[in-house]
Formats: sequence, structure tokens, C-alpha cells
Amino acid sequence: MNSTGTWSRFNITAVTLGFAFLYLPIVLLVVFSFNASKLVTVWGGFSTKWYVSLFHNQGLMDAAWVTIRVGLISATAATVLGTLGALALTRYTRFRGRMLFSGMIFAPLVMPDVITGLSLLLLFVAVGFDRGFYTVTLAHITFTMCFVAVVVQSRLVTFDRSLEEAAMDLGAPPVKTFFQITLPVIAPAIVSGWMLAFTLSLDDLVVASFTSGPGATTLPMKIYSQVRLGVTPEINAACTILIALVATGVLIASVANKRREVQRLRDEQAAQRG
Amino acid sequence: MKSLGSIRRAFAPWNDPGAKPYIHFDRVTKKFGDFTAVNDLSLAIYEREFFALLGASGCGKSTLLRMLAGFEEPTSGRIMLDGQDLAGIPPYRRPVNMMFQSYALFPHMSVEKNIAFGLKQEGMPKADVEKRVTEMLKLVKLEPFAKRKPHQLSGGQRQRVALARSVAKRPKVLLLDEPLGALDKKLREETQFELMDLQQELGLTFVVVTHDQEEAMTMADRIAIMDKGQVMQVATPAEVYEAPASRFVAGFVGNVNMFEGKVAERSGNSARITGGTGAEITVENAGEAVKDTEVSFAIRPEKIRISSKRPADAINALQGEVYDIAYLGDMTVYHVRLDDGQMVRAATMNATRVADDPLTWDDRAWISFRPDAGVVLTR
Repeated sequence: MNSTGTWSRFNITAVTLGFAFLYLPIVLLVVFSFNASKLVTVWGGFSTKWYVSLFHNQGLMDAAWVTIRVGLISATAATVLGTLGALALTRYTRFRGRMLFSGMIFAPLVMPDVITGLSLLLLFVAVGFDRGFYTVTLAHITFTMCFVAVVVQSRLVTFDRSLEEAAMDLGAPPVKTFFQITLPVIAPAIVSGWMLAFTLSLDDLVVASFTSGPGATTLPMKIYSQVRLGVTPEINAACTILIALVATGVLIASVANKRREVQRLRDEQAAQRG
Repeated sequence: MKSLGSIRRAFAPWNDPGAKPYIHFDRVTKKFGDFTAVNDLSLAIYEREFFALLGASGCGKSTLLRMLAGFEEPTSGRIMLDGQDLAGIPPYRRPVNMMFQSYALFPHMSVEKNIAFGLKQEGMPKADVEKRVTEMLKLVKLEPFAKRKPHQLSGGQRQRVALARSVAKRPKVLLLDEPLGALDKKLREETQFELMDLQQELGLTFVVVTHDQEEAMTMADRIAIMDKGQVMQVATPAEVYEAPASRFVAGFVGNVNMFEGKVAERSGNSARITGGTGAEITVENAGEAVKDTEVSFAIRPEKIRISSKRPADAINALQGEVYDIAYLGDMTVYHVRLDDGQMVRAATMNATRVADDPLTWDDRAWISFRPDAGVVLTR
């Protein structure tokens, strides 16, 4: 909406073009996943047969299972490590080289995936790790924990330290204070950190390609290698399912968030009224 | 409720040479890097006392409170509580509880869980915890709100939850950091009296930190006026107001007029002070003032009379011009510019609705006061 509150011709055009640019490819992909024809670019009527055949494609299903396992394990480990890192960086503000460390935790965020992948590959070769499931998982922990650290750190900066002091003042030792007060209060940030890490792990192709080995092909790797042999409608179907999953997740999260906010606002107004 | 008057009137352990201090700061210094927050400070607080630390922000009062709670350790000196040296005892093992300025209510717990938190830490049986929580909710009149979360409460209700939580464990000492700072004026005044009643009812020692002198004067048995990490004076509210120990204290608490001058004559307890431009003041309680030294004469606005003619019986009377008038309803404050240029405030109670001979802007006026109406300050 512009300042006069009306839709000018220019605004409508800009918005339409912008959204078309963003969503047209995805819409095409979804539409063609329901294509009856085997040719990807020629419409041959509506059909769901590719979805059926997708679930019989053992290679794709295996890859999906690997991806989910890697995602769950790496996101969980990255969340623990990232949270600890964020705590260290916000709480112990006076140790030597703190600036260096907080800079270093941001660096991997902008590091090209190719470099991260290649350097990890070199490391695994140097220490003689057999590449496979565990090396992909380790690599994903490495590059997602920075994202978790950043998310949790931004919450900790606004955390009211007097909550912890109050808990200790009431007789709770530091460890108990952490688990009963600090952790529950920053939990939303930790959960969104975990979700971010899981999503990043889910759609990573580059780092996984470098660090994976036989028997540990992730879904993005599998899709990419199949596309090189030619796009099949089956791939379209797989991608549509992925899009649906991610979209549902984002939708649920934002609706829940919005509801909580509205409820909170209402409660506060009610409390002020008496 | 039993009458507070008789208890309060009789309560003055600081005048009893045999009384043992309950809390004793013994030459305590606290440094943060190069900054000295508390500087070689000694202070004694007695059991069941309502004690206020009053000062501007940055004077070290909060640091003092935080050292008592255990969040800071003194750089040097000792803090004794009930005969026990507190050095090295972490906050969670100290028999003191604190009410925080921000209230620090746990946002993810209901009101009753907040209050029960401290009791559960000491391993109190569940039934007893429940009983105590109910008792506390009743004490602060929040029974209907037990299941609510802190964000569902108003500011005044949150303040009462914080209070209930901090007294639930029956600490030896309750520390209150600006307890009423976040409340609006009307609620603050009500809550001051509630706090005083609560302190008597529970028989606890209260140490309150505040920058609001009215609050300190209303609630406290004794007030310590602090500046730059040191205690300037420790006394009852009336003593602090009527007999300030220094220019700083006189200027900090309430409004005051200061006359600078030299002691021209001393005889017995009285003295004659001459100002730079010749104005003369006679005082009966000259204290430590020595002849021919520079002193300040401090007098409160409400002890100065203002009139259009010189009162016949006045010993001290100075002439000037009405510069400004502030009508406050219960009283009127006149700003008078004396003929030697000094500005003086004189406050008059508006005991009648309409004055017969009202003074107005630019009128010539006399201010007068009794020889014992002010104090002579040498520091």
C-alpha cells in the first residue's frame, strides 16, 4: 500500500512481477509433478502416478531417510554446542581474545560452502576417517552450530540477569538456576535455532557432496545426480512433497507465534485494566 | 492489627550502648577496576530495624545491598550478619532475600510457583510449601491470582508477588532495591504503609535502597545518606531533616536556604553571623562554630515567615522583593530576592482559604525567623 492507501497501476505491476519472479518456477514444478506424460515439459493430463512410483523408488526413499537422520542428529548436536558457545560469548565478557572468538563464530556464516566442504574433506582424509554417514553429520554440525549460536546469542543479550540472581538469592545453586530458569526462558530461541539447523542440514548439497561417502547419499545429492541424467516427473513429485513439508512447518510456526503474541497482548491489557 | 505507634516510639536500639548490631559493615571497600563504588565504609544496622540507604544514583547504595546479598564480594573489609562473617558464602546459602527493582519474576512460572520457588530449594515438604504459599498469597491479597503468569498481572500486583516471594522463606534480613520505583505516585504512597505494616507483622529486618527521600523518610527507622561510596550521616528521619550533619546532607534532603557568612561573635551557645554584604543573623544553637571562621546557616523554607511589614518581635529579619510565587494548594512557596541579591524560599501553610493581605509579585516583603529555626554547618 502506498501513502495514499490506493493501489496504483505501478504498484500492482511491481508486486505481480516480483512475486512471479519468486514463485513461477516453483508453481511450474508443482504443476508438472501432476503431469501424466513422461515428458517433463509437455502437459499430458492430470495424474498422481509419479507420487506412487516415488514411494517405490528405493534409491530416493533411502536418500530421504539418510537426510532425515543426518538432520536430526546434526541439528541436535549443533544446538547443544551452539547454545554453549553463545553462553560463553555473552556471559564471560572479560576473557582474552573475546572479540576474536565472537568474530570467528560469525565467519562460517558467510564462508562459501565450497570452502567449508573442501576443508572438511581435507581434514577427514588427513585423519583417515572413512567418509560416510558420520562425516556428513559432523560436517553439518560444524556449519550449522554457528547459526544456532547467533540465534541464541541474540536472545541472551536481552536476557534479564536479575532472574538468575533472584533464583540464586532464593537458594538455587548455579546449575539448578541454569536448568530451572535460564534454559526455560531462552527455550524459544533454542527451538528456533534447532529448526534453523535442521532446515540447513536438510537442503545442503555442497558440503554433503564433499564429505559424504558410499551408502550415505542425502536427498539433495540424489536429486541432483538424477537431474543430471534428465529431469523425471518423479523428482518433481519429491520436490513438491519437500515444499509442502517446509511450507506447512513455516505456516504452523508463524501461526502459533502470532497467536501467542496476540494472547499475550490481550492478557497484558486485561491486567492493566485491573 | 496492633498499633504500630507504641512499638515504633519505643524502638531505638542505636541509642543503647549495649545493643549488638545485627548487620555490621566493617571498613568495607569495593572497587570495580579503577572505580571505587564503596569507600572504607562502616555501618551498623540493628535487628528488626527498617533501615534505608538513600543517595543519588552511583553513590554506592546498590553495591552495598548486592554485597549483603552475596552478588558482589568486598575488595576489603568484613560484613557480619548476626555474628557470622559473610565472606565467601555464596548468595544461595545466605539467610537474606532480596526484592529486585525489576521484580525479576520468573516469566514461565505462575504466581504460586514463583512464591514456592525458594521454599522448594530448601527442601520443604510439599504440604508445608502449599500452606506457606497460601499464607503469603493472603498476606499480599493476591489469592485470586495464584494461577496467573506474571505478564497477566498489573504493575502493582507484580510488585506484591515479588514481595511475597522474597519474604516466603522468612529470611533474617529482607533487602529491597528501589521496591516502589516502578509504581505510580498514588500506589506508591499506599504501598509504603503496607510495607511498614508487613515489616512489623513479620518482625524482619528490612534494608531498603532508594533515591526517593520521601519514601525513605516515611518508612525508615533510620536513614543512611550516602555520597561517593561513603556514609555522610546515619540518623532518624527527623534528625536528618532538622539536624543535618553537613552542607551535603542539608542540601540533599528536602529544600533548604543556605546563608554563607563569618562568625562575628560567639557567646555561650549562641553566635552572630555576618554575611558578605552585611546581613546579620543571630543563632542560638551555634554548635561547633568558631569565631572568625566561615560557616553556612541552613534553614528550611517552612521555618521562614514572610510578611509585608517587619514583625515587631523579630530577632532575625531581612528585607527583599517577591520574585516568584508557587501556589501548591496546601502551601505557597515564595521566592524572595533579598536586597543583597540572595534568593530565599519561604513556605507558608495555607491554613485559610483566602488570605487577608496577600503578597504578590514585586511586593516589598520581610522574611523573619527565630534564632533556633536553622542549623549552623561547618562541614
